Amino acid sequence: MHSLRRPTGVSRFIFLGVCAWLAALLLVPLGALCVNVASDLGHVVSVLSGPEALNAIALTLAVTLACIVFNGIFGVAGALVLVRQRFVGRRVLDALVDLPLALSPVMTGLAFLLVLGRSGVLRPVVDRLGLDVAFAWPSVLIVTLFVTLPFTLREVALVLEEVGDSEEQAASTLGASAWQAFWRVTLPNVRGGLVMGATLTAARALGEFGAVLVVGGSIANRTQTATTFIHGALEERQESAAYGMALLLAAAAVALLFVLQRRRE
Amino acid sequence: MGIRVENLVKSFGSVRVVDHVSFEVRPGELVALLGPSGGGKSTVLRMIAGLEAADSGEVWLDGARVDHLHARDRQVGFVFQHYALFRHMTVADNIAFGLSVRKIPLAEQKERVATLLEVMGLPGMGERMPSQLSGGQRQRVALARALAPRPKLLLLDEPFGAVDAKVREELRRWLRKLHDEVHTTSIFVTHDQEEAFAIADRVMIISQGKLEQAGSPVEILDNPATEFVARFVGDVNVLPGVSRQGHVHVGRVSVPAEDPHPDGTAVNVVVRAYDLKFWREDGAGVATVRRVMTVGDRVRVEAWLDEVEAPIFAQFPRRSSLLHGVEAGCRIAVEITQARAWAVHAPDAR
Repeated sequence: MHSLRRPTGVSRFIFLGVCAWLAALLLVPLGALCVNVASDLGHVVSVLSGPEALNAIALTLAVTLACIVFNGIFGVAGALVLVRQRFVGRRVLDALVDLPLALSPVMTGLAFLLVLGRSGVLRPVVDRLGLDVAFAWPSVLIVTLFVTLPFTLREVALVLEEVGDSEEQAASTLGASAWQAFWRVTLPNVRGGLVMGATLTAARALGEFGAVLVVGGSIANRTQTATTFIHGALEERQESAAYGMALLLAAAAVALLFVLQRRRE
Repeated sequence: MGIRVENLVKSFGSVRVVDHVSFEVRPGELVALLGPSGGGKSTVLRMIAGLEAADSGEVWLDGARVDHLHARDRQVGFVFQHYALFRHMTVADNIAFGLSVRKIPLAEQKERVATLLEVMGLPGMGERMPSQLSGGQRQRVALARALAPRPKLLLLDEPFGAVDAKVREELRRWLRKLHDEVHTTSIFVTHDQEEAFAIADRVMIISQGKLEQAGSPVEILDNPATEFVARFVGDVNVLPGVSRQGHVHVGRVSVPAEDPHPDGTAVNVVVRAYDLKFWREDGAGVATVRRVMTVGDRVRVEAWLDEVEAPIFAQFPRRSSLLHGVEAGCRIAVEITQARAWAVHAPDAR
């Protein structure tokens, strides 16, 4: 009997082709990074443990964590509103949520600069409050929050659509208050979506470059993030520092991919 | 606990799904809301539970008006069509939910859960997850969960709709038994008449948002109040007839009229499959047999009535003497032993 699953010559050829393409596209650049870092390891380590690099890494991690937490809360709340409530303008709002995905990050940065910058609309308010926003860490946080906004919300909304609201209804007939139903039924049900959203948020926040560069200006020890550090190092012909930081980000990305993969299974 | 529903009205958009429904359920009764799918039965149930707000009308539980109360304050147990078990909780946690949100002491919760698992025939399953249970078991967990806080009223929405025929039969008998032991006033929604008549004390027929008739199964079978009920309940023939001198005539067959109509009124004659007699009559007869089918312990005979040009079918016990010689293609005589007639275009004709 002829097995349907047995690969024919053509399909085997296509399989090998796909593998070669993926290897060329994914592994070669990563390999080149590794080789470059390895050839100058001592120098790379000393640069990466310098205050500038450490500050950049710290800012990136802090911003990423803040995005996960804030977008986690906002994502669940926003998804509940978009999926469960019916109101005028819901469709418009639903479409607007994806705006950060469609906008180029440079444009995002520019737009926020127009709001928060020297002649920005909100400048008087910000100055009155005595806050330093543009070209300071708050602006880096704000634009990163903006570009990562859709991920958790979308993942949680997907799960909410899928599970429906009958369990919440059951909870209310059993005497649960809305608050009890949320903590004991809704939140555990969307846990998977939350983890998924947090992973995507982290990946995006770690790698954000354009918006952060425009509003933050890549000021060492103040607004420089891991990505803008790479940019700065390249400008100053500090290649090995750039390679080292890039490899670090790549390693973080791979770790996040593993989390995603396990979630999918 | 007794329950009274008065003039309930509910529309979704421009569609009126519940249209001035009023009824009463006495304490300890088991009542079925029966009707075709999409007829508004579930909406009535959801309004009693407080899961849906009525446009107008009143719901009274135990002599108190509860329209303004949120579902969680009505003390009504609800069993959902697709169970709606909490998927991330064990069976025991599912059952205990209604107790733990009310902050009942843990020891008491455990005891109640153990008792219910026992009563529901689910011993030792407390630590399983809902996804590890069969459909019938999930249904029983849902029922246990609803009963745990000792509700005054139990509402069940198509409780056996999602399980296969054999399990359904079993669950049905078991629900009746449970009700006889616990005596919680219960209302269940179903589109399956066999189910309604098999276990309910009283049946309410609902169609297109209106309550057509409420009564015991026997009352509804023997005395359908409207043409809809007559057509809906049981296996029926609907034949064109004419009312004349106290009789209803269907072609050359006639039957004494139970429902008087003026002479010459065109009527729809509703005849149950078991209120007919067929016997072979070669060379004469009023109908020709088309098909003879054996269905379990009964035989279904389908024929074509000459004069009115309409199909007619009847059911007989397998060994009935009436079946002697009846086969496809033969001529038969037809006698209608009992029938109800409704004037065509009468207000309640559908």
